[in-house]
Amino acid sequence: MQTTALYKTLGLAFGAMLISACASKGDVNEGAGSTVAPTATEQQAEDTNAVESAGVNGEALEAEANEAQAALREQTVFYFDFDQSTLKSEGKAALMAHAAFLAANPAASVVLEGHADERGTVEYNLALGERRSMTVRRFLMANGANGSQLKVVSFGEERPVMMGHDEGSYAKNRRVEVKYQSR
Amino acid sequence: MVKHSLIVLMWLFASLSQAELLIEVTQGKQSAIPVAVVPFSWNGSSALPEDVSAIVTNDLASSGYFRTLATSNMITQPHQLSEVIYADWSRLKQDFVVIGSVELQADGYAVQFHVMDVHQQVEILRHRVKGKASQLRDLAHYISDYIFKKLTGVPGVFSTKLIYVTTNRERSRFNLNYADADGAREQLIYSSKHPIISPAWSPDAKKVAYVSFENGRSEIFFQELATGKRERVVAFDGSNSAPAFSPDGTQLAFVLSKLGNPDIYVMDLATRKIERMTNHYAIDTEPQWDVDGRHLFFTSSRAGGPQVYKLDTANKEVVRVTFEGGYNARARITADGRKLVYVHKANDRFHIASQDVKSGLVHILTSETELDESPSVAPNGSMVIYAASEANRSILAAVSVDGDVKFRLPSKYGDVREPAWSPIFQ
Repeated sequence: MQTTALYKTLGLAFGAMLISACASKGDVNEGAGSTVAPTATEQQAEDTNAVESAGVNGEALEAEANEAQAALREQTVFYFDFDQSTLKSEGKAALMAHAAFLAANPAASVVLEGHADERGTVEYNLALGERRSMTVRRFLMANGANGSQLKVVSFGEERPVMMGHDEGSYAKNRRVEVKYQSR
Repeated sequence: MVKHSLIVLMWLFASLSQAELLIEVTQGKQSAIPVAVVPFSWNGSSALPEDVSAIVTNDLASSGYFRTLATSNMITQPHQLSEVIYADWSRLKQDFVVIGSVELQADGYAVQFHVMDVHQQVEILRHRVKGKASQLRDLAHYISDYIFKKLTGVPGVFSTKLIYVTTNRERSRFNLNYADADGAREQLIYSSKHPIISPAWSPDAKKVAYVSFENGRSEIFFQELATGKRERVVAFDGSNSAPAFSPDGTQLAFVLSKLGNPDIYVMDLATRKIERMTNHYAIDTEPQWDVDGRHLFFTSSRAGGPQVYKLDTANKEVVRVTFEGGYNARARITADGRKLVYVHKANDRFHIASQDVKSGLVHILTSETELDESPSVAPNGSMVIYAASEANRSILAAVSVDGDVKFRLPSKYGDVREPAWSPIFQ
């Protein structure tokens, strides 16, 4: 089985990262990560030939892992609670993927655009949006990105994505958008 | 507080049809003074471009301090002192009668007006005012101010101006507008695809400061009203916002945030040197000068949620000012320094509250509108204009500092936000 072989070649650190990523981001990869990994261990004991092919499949794995990372990086909007600027756990895997990309591509740079919902005062919300951007910036830096790659800007409550006046809209408006300036 | 609903609207005079904002008085003082403004006589052959006495009537009614008499209910319509029959006005339960005449002169208009006290049966005010042909509305507001001051003891603010921001639904166009305090004669003074926030008047009313995002982040600009000349004044690395002129106009308080830590700064406008006033990891924003020109009110999250604090710019000492509720922000002070007005959250709703500076007593002023924000106090301390949400749109509304008088300035399109009430023009 191709997947089995793939998992055999997982480097420990890489595997751990992918699994942790899958664990927090309920996505396509989740099933593969949790069910296939034990099978791989089982088969490794009997099938020595498969080791031979490991190098060959290694390329494929990297491609697939890159794909997984790229998929994670497709999430570029991260949400916050009212009057809060702490990162929610569901966004962390994707932000780690952005951080890894930025670490691997020093020429890449992003603008972190902070936003608030319309409740409360305009200037306080401007500050709040900036706080949120800064939270994301710190998280990216802690995970390998360089500060010089990360520009912070806040639009406060001026640029909502949803125009409604209900919690559903507000939740979508309290956000930080990761916008790549160069890759 | 007893509500007294005044009739929703209004006098339809031609020029207002193109104005974007229209005043609707929603609540007046129960003690409103009954006054009859008799249509002024006019010696011209064609109709006056502005109905002066109608504007005066509208001004007095929208202040909430007066209850005006509809012309259709008037028994007589005198123009001369000798024609006033006090018994008629007494029967109509009027306290005061205003009569007047408009004359066309070589260089413009002259308006003469009289105010009579119905109970004392005596003329208490006689005045003559002149202006250019283009200034009929200004003449009318001048007359309103004059009458208001005479009858209430408080300076009128009918000749003052507003600046405010309008946006379309998509938030792809932001306009900074200038208009009369009654919403008439709106003029666009700056337009941008990028957000404009926090407009503020200089104390001489000659220029405004505001925050523009035209360069991709928040920077503070000044704009001279007479010339339209703009100048980028505060654009340090990071976020620059919340400009506030000192009462003498020599200093500008503002917020500078370098890497996510907003603090209060003061710039000396002559030298452009800045001094940092707060240094705290929490959000410090929305500075506003106290009337003494030495202290600054500001919003800080240093206790968790936003609260209003007062800073002594001489020694940087900070004391907390608001204690009721978990969200108090964007304080403004009345010109007499006695009332602090700010945004207050109670039961998950945002309203405008006033706080007596001496006693600390808090009074929530608004209840009918939602998401109230951006309060700005009229220069005579009588009213607070603010932005609120109504039927999914942002409108301007006003409430008196005692909560008794309320009116709204609904717009015809888009969202109206961030009003700033001008000083009294000298």
